[in-house]
Amino acid sequence: MAVFVNGVIFDGVDTAAADAWRLDAYVARGGYQALRKILDSKLPQEDVIAEVKNSGLRGRGGAGFPTGLKWSFMPRSFPGDKYVVCNTDEGEPGTFKDRDILRFNPHALIEGMIIAGYAMGTKAGYNYIHGEVFAEYQRFEEALEEARKAGFLGQHILGTDFSFELYAHHGYGAYICGEETALLESLEGKKGQPRFKPPFPASFGLYGKPTTINNTESFASVPFIIRDGAQKFLEAGKPNNGGTKLFSVSGHVNRPGNYEIPLGTPFSTLLEMAGGMRDGKKLKAVIPGGSSAPILPAEIMMSCTMDYDSISKAGSMLGSGAVIVMNEDVCMIKALERLAYFYHEESCGQCTPCREGTGWLYRVIHRIANGEGRPGDLELLDSVGNNMAGRTICALADAAVFPVRSFTKHFRHEFEYAIEHGKTLVDHKWC
Amino acid sequence: MLEIEIDGKKLTVPQGSTVMDAAHSVGTYIPHFCYHKKLSIAANCRMCLVEVEKAPKPLPACATPVTDGMKVHTHSDMAKKAQAGVMEFLLINHPLDCPICDQGGECQLQDLAVGYGNSASRYQEEKRVVVGKDMGPLVSAEEMSRCIHCTRCVRFTEEIGGFQEIGMANRSEFSEILPFLGKTVDSEISGNVIDLCPVGALTSKPFRYSTRAWELSRRKSVSPHDGLGANLIVQVKGNQVMRVLPLENEDINECWIADRDRFSYEGLNSAERLQKPMIKHDGKWHEADWQTALEYVVKGLNGVSRDHGKDAIGVLASPHSTTEELFMVQKLARSFGVNNVDYRLRRSDFRADAAQQGALWLGSSIVELASAKSVLVVGSTQRQEQPLLASRLRQAVKKGSELNVIHVADDALLTKLNAKLIVSPQALVNALAQVLKAVVAIKSGESAIDLAAVTVSADAQRIADSLCGAETASVVLGNVAQHHPAFSELLSLAQEIARLSGARFGVLAEAANSVGAELVGAVPTRGVFGAAVSAGLNAQQMIAEPRKAYVLLNTEVEFDSYNPQAAVAAMKSAETVIALTAFKAEGLLDYADVLLPIAPFSETAGSFVNMEGRLQTFNGVVRPQGEARPAWKVLRVLGNMLGLSGFEYTSVEEVRAEWQGKGEIAPSLNNVLASVSANVQPAASALVRVGEVPLYQADAICRRASSLQATRAAAVPVAHAAQSVLDAAGVQSGAVVVLKQGEGQVRVALEADAALPAGVVRLATAHPTTIVLGGMFDPIEIKQG
Amino acid sequence: MLSAQSLALIDREVAKYPADQKRSAVMGALRIALEERRSTGETPEARCLNQEVIEFVANYLEIPPVAAYEVATFYNMYDMKPVGKYKITVCTNLPCALSGGVNAAEYISGKLGIAIGETSTDGMYTLLEGECMGACGDAPVLLVNNHSMCSFMTPEAIDKKLAELK
Ligand SMILES: Cc1cc2nc3c(=O)[nH]c(=O)nc-3n(C[C@H](O)[C@H](O)[C@H](O)COP(=O)(O)O)c2cc1C
Ligand code: SF4
Ligand code: FES
Repeated sequence: MAVFVNGVIFDGVDTAAADAWRLDAYVARGGYQALRKILDSKLPQEDVIAEVKNSGLRGRGGAGFPTGLKWSFMPRSFPGDKYVVCNTDEGEPGTFKDRDILRFNPHALIEGMIIAGYAMGTKAGYNYIHGEVFAEYQRFEEALEEARKAGFLGQHILGTDFSFELYAHHGYGAYICGEETALLESLEGKKGQPRFKPPFPASFGLYGKPTTINNTESFASVPFIIRDGAQKFLEAGKPNNGGTKLFSVSGHVNRPGNYEIPLGTPFSTLLEMAGGMRDGKKLKAVIPGGSSAPILPAEIMMSCTMDYDSISKAGSMLGSGAVIVMNEDVCMIKALERLAYFYHEESCGQCTPCREGTGWLYRVIHRIANGEGRPGDLELLDSVGNNMAGRTICALADAAVFPVRSFTKHFRHEFEYAIEHGKTLVDHKWC
Repeated sequence: MLEIEIDGKKLTVPQGSTVMDAAHSVGTYIPHFCYHKKLSIAANCRMCLVEVEKAPKPLPACATPVTDGMKVHTHSDMAKKAQAGVMEFLLINHPLDCPICDQGGECQLQDLAVGYGNSASRYQEEKRVVVGKDMGPLVSAEEMSRCIHCTRCVRFTEEIGGFQEIGMANRSEFSEILPFLGKTVDSEISGNVIDLCPVGALTSKPFRYSTRAWELSRRKSVSPHDGLGANLIVQVKGNQVMRVLPLENEDINECWIADRDRFSYEGLNSAERLQKPMIKHDGKWHEADWQTALEYVVKGLNGVSRDHGKDAIGVLASPHSTTEELFMVQKLARSFGVNNVDYRLRRSDFRADAAQQGALWLGSSIVELASAKSVLVVGSTQRQEQPLLASRLRQAVKKGSELNVIHVADDALLTKLNAKLIVSPQALVNALAQVLKAVVAIKSGESAIDLAAVTVSADAQRIADSLCGAETASVVLGNVAQHHPAFSELLSLAQEIARLSGARFGVLAEAANSVGAELVGAVPTRGVFGAAVSAGLNAQQMIAEPRKAYVLLNTEVEFDSYNPQAAVAAMKSAETVIALTAFKAEGLLDYADVLLPIAPFSETAGSFVNMEGRLQTFNGVVRPQGEARPAWKVLRVLGNMLGLSGFEYTSVEEVRAEWQGKGEIAPSLNNVLASVSANVQPAASALVRVGEVPLYQADAICRRASSLQATRAAAVPVAHAAQSVLDAAGVQSGAVVVLKQGEGQVRVALEADAALPAGVVRLATAHPTTIVLGGMFDPIEIKQG
Repeated sequence: MLSAQSLALIDREVAKYPADQKRSAVMGALRIALEERRSTGETPEARCLNQEVIEFVANYLEIPPVAAYEVATFYNMYDMKPVGKYKITVCTNLPCALSGGVNAAEYISGKLGIAIGETSTDGMYTLLEGECMGACGDAPVLLVNNHSMCSFMTPEAIDKKLAELK
């Protein structure tokens, strides 16, 4: 079961209680006060956006783009429909935080999206939910119903002239739909194939209308920012890295789960919170930001703090905050093979370098893992990767290349050994 | 305007241009596969990556908008590396089976691989195998391992064809191009995907494996089918037409051709081609030499004229004939003293002839029609009659034009309509009158037509609003309107609507040379360029009051006439039927007594005048088959043998010079009637037939193109009617009924069809199974099967 | 083709989107169609999406059938191949593998006597490997029939679950 430390989103949430997700419980925790505050005081839209800007909130979906700034890109005076869209298509291996938000605190997201709708002058929003967490999709639909009944959603919210509708849309098994424009295509009832940008969603988004897309955790942080103030949020983290953040810790730890902690917390502290290494094994490496983030060996990781800047300085990315912990029994080739297979399987198939390259990378790594590596394979991987990264419509190709580059960089000797000896150096055990 | 520099060349381009557009404008080639100027931008092949200064990574030229001051390098190290990288990816799973590939020699992948690829492959894994797909009788998708996933074909069906028939299923490297399970690609313009496919994945099924591309010579020609006049490249080997491709002409067919333009060549090579003159003796056919056959003809004509007078002779010519042939045939007739000459076999109303002041035509250029802000199409089964024009109108709608339709069936036009009036043929006049009445009201105008009895419906009002409110508008009449028993009234009303609303108006020419036939006087009331003539009988009169002799130029009356039943009866009652024909047609063998083999368009020089009045000349691309001769030559010799003067031509150019010397095209085009009239009351409500010509029955050549005949569009026609009609007749949808017109009847399945108005039964004409029936829009009876 | 109940559910999906964007409901509609077939199908062939039902959904939403087919084949969870009464999808992606995902898949494979990707001869079970389900903290995780997520699937938990799936 997931473990939470009180933070912005899980402040006061008793995850053990069956009804913690319900509207009543949320209101009792101070929920919908932010929305009331805005509506009661008729807070100007710009002020809401300014508050979010000041909070230092950075997108929790992976890229860490400042949320308030993104909101300010929405054309103010656009005459037609505009949309806000939430990205709960959490499918990046290692990431499982958004599921828990829907599971335990869906109204924080709903309130956050309503506020976003208010701030950007949109009348409707959609939450795109990963198909595999169908139970959470259903719960979210129920939560929406509660919010509608209570007058937080729909026409004339809380008796004001502000109206906003929110709907849930489910995915059905395609990682690429986490990419925001693939998500929009999917929401339009098409294959999830990313769109070429420009134009960006802020000018040409859902149904061709201006659209803002944020991650679940980003939206769910907003009620706190409005209710308790940008400053308080900022202080919860560190400069340029405002707030607390959910970290999904998985792999060889004693207590895998989500930990909401201030940005800037040392990795070692997080590891301790997660119960330390399972079976007392030695830490070998960590992927600190989801499968697309470059892997970092134990020594480097142990010196990092968990925030955008520190991890980036160490040569990786905080990404979605998915921390995959690996012990000494893991053969890095096998681990990489598994990831390479994933990207190969999940490429949407439209761009030549990604469609062809992901399969190529996987096959070469597969060969090496099976003791059939050939001299020159590492150079080949490098060169194929170089021909993919930055040459495609979306960043999936880059995401597929980052692990290959970082695994072969930090654990090159394992690859060289396997190619030379026809067997892996580490006697691999998954767990 | 934005400034941009490409490989050191400075230029300015309009706002919104892409780097690819800019490069094209200065003739810089950037390699590409998915990009196509007529399709949306997919940016998926990544072949067009170029270096843009200040951009950290190479950008796709096809999708990157030009920004002011941009500096682009298409050949820098970064660009070349990126392009070579993409080429390598494209080739790793490609079978590289060029030696046996149909596309060999004209493959973009092959070409670019040479220029942009590396020599050896570093990919040593097994190559992907993709199973072939069935796309129907025209497009082969057998070799899908060759596909490079550019999605041009997908985008074509969706964007140009109007309905997505091809998709890319699955994802990642398992993506596959396919039609929907168990379906074929049925669009009337589907063959264009063959041209669009940059590799040999989609190829021409009829052409496949017949020859290698480099063995073909390319000749220009013009499509002999509809009135658009699509420009063609005809590819020949030896003395045979092997393949037909589009010749790009932005004003006419853009870069497309319809499937019948592309695949009808099979008809040219059909076993039914008439190779030698033939004469019928005692009910049996015998081959004859030309001299004998021509003497037989001369004897026959002289005999009839001696016994019954010149008026006993009728001349019926197909508007699919060349201008020179049509000129010659009317000249021959009139020189001989015969005034009964007409090309309008499918017309049923000739009352406008007296008021007609020039040749009927589109009333504008094709481009003007397609760029009008509001268009009203009256009585046109568009996708069947004018496949490419229908597509062009669809593009116009996408660009913001309003398309309005008045028609006898609510056919899927695969585009958004502003307003439509779907009525039975008997209410068509009234429907137009409604629009006219609304236009009169909007413009406070006046019309000579009495509209007092007309009630304007909401849709008629919307159409009128659209036409009157648009900056540019066009009203055009399609085949159904032209064949309609009240054509003269429809023409009158359309003229009035156009006059008052400020729209252009015209007709969508039915055949490749309808306008040419009008111009050179292949009609009984007007001579070349409208010259005065002693009037003769029109096509309908020649059938209704049978003649003793008929001369048929390039026509099979059972397929080409408004009323095949009557036409065949008239032929059978004649003493002699002389057919100049390229085909040994079953009907002709039945009712004719002499067949003279003439060359189809591909074997003779000539010209067509398309619907916009554009004269397009062409030369024969192969020699005439067997003993076939160009019709103009046959007519010249007949003129000589009949002792007529003025038949001393030595070349088709001389023939052309003669008719061209008699006037000018532009001033002779005129749709305006000297006087208008219409009876705007809906006619009595008998059950009437809607009997259009099927897509691939339009003319003698496509009727014999075997692959076209294997398509769904060429299936044996079934009858359709509104549920109310079925109820009244007491039959279930799908039941076999007997449909009866005059003396003829057919047994055919009758299906309920919500797209049809009450009071009509839709059953195609011009098909072997329905030629025993009567008029295309005449009363019809349903009897229980 | 589909039950009135399914059609009502599809209509609810359609209502979520602007009136001219019915197409958006295709994912929901295909899911609902699949659920109906799964719950009523007696054989593996009858439990998956087929040409007729995809075409029906496409026509219902007024989109080209091939467009609906593209969607049905792009997203992994739509069963396009015959499938057992219980489709068990085990996540074997890296984070799950580190906490027993691969072992769980192997264990189930052994218990059911079918390899990954296969359907048992009695048509009861299909075993598949899945990609990340967004539940890595609960590893080993598996999905039964797409919608029922089972967490912490130790061998004992698997035994218990399989006993329920009869
Ligand atoms: C291949 C790929 C997968 C992605 N998956 C997700 C995802 O599962 N969840 C998510 O929130 N963002 C994902 N993103 C990032 C989104 O495109 C987008 O940046 C994000 O939803 C924006 O929200 P934020 O600004 O709140 O972070 C993905 C991006 C890529 C390229
Ligand atoms: S990079 Fe890959 S996943 Fe992204 S759009 Fe291109 S093919 Fe699709
Ligand atoms: S032509 Fe630009 S990406 Fe294909």
